[in-house]
Amino acid sequence: MIEAIAFYTFATLTIAMFTITVMSKNALYAMSALAAGMIFISGFFFLLDADFLGVVQIIVYTGAVMALYAFGMMFFDSTKDVKENNTSNKVVFLLSGMSALLLVVIFVAPIISDKVQALYPMKEGIGNAEAVGIVLFTKYLVPFEVAAVMLLVAMISGIIMASKRMDESLTLKDDDEIQEKAVQ
Amino acid sequence: MITLSHYLVLSAILFCIGLVGILRRKNLLMLFFATEMLLNAVNIGFAAISKYYMDLTGQLFAFFIIAIAASEVAVGLGLLIIWYKRVGSIDLDTMQSMHG
Repeated sequence: MIEAIAFYTFATLTIAMFTITVMSKNALYAMSALAAGMIFISGFFFLLDADFLGVVQIIVYTGAVMALYAFGMMFFDSTKDVKENNTSNKVVFLLSGMSALLLVVIFVAPIISDKVQALYPMKEGIGNAEAVGIVLFTKYLVPFEVAAVMLLVAMISGIIMASKRMDESLTLKDDDEIQEKAVQ
Repeated sequence: MITLSHYLVLSAILFCIGLVGILRRKNLLMLFFATEMLLNAVNIGFAAISKYYMDLTGQLFAFFIIAIAASEVAVGLGLLIIWYKRVGSIDLDTMQSMHG
């Protein structure tokens, strides 16, 4: 019972927050709604007995990714209203509605799901974080190391790209100067 | 009783909200937000399958997706800042250089 209440509460909140993110014209509102949606999604992970995943979701997404977006937003003019793409709403909603229907049909169709067997079954008496660690550092050690190298590469490239010409201020210049820069 | 289908349908709904965002946004920062939503929707599906089939593989895939999302944001935001410094706008329309 408590599971159903929690599921429907989180589902409503997440869908509402993501809808705000998609529909809002203000970049700041969109970012705050996205951060809230991420927190509510971690609620699903706790509900699904994936405690470690839920904690990682809060730390990485809401802590790191959202903070990065907030810092990145300081470079852009975020108080201005966001201009929308001028494709007609009818086409957009038709396309995404059809893909939603297709996804639901694919997910609900019980064709393959009967034959699925657990590759690394969960054992009794082992906590979630411990079980994840055991599988991650035995079966998935190579992908884990590759992911670590990928994060290192991403960090170095992010630092180098963002710090280029950081001493020049964009807000104190006239539009003409920026245009001249663009021409060069 | 909440079954696997509930979670998968929710995952599909969130994925499609993200899809609407990708289709109707012009601002590149907003497109990044929509991408994050797509990745998160898939993560919910993976975690749900992981629970209902008693298999840890789904959770591990979700971890790798989170790692990919984190590095995507770092590189993408760096490129976006360079683009904004050069052009002064992060609209998608400024990116087209071929006039066909």
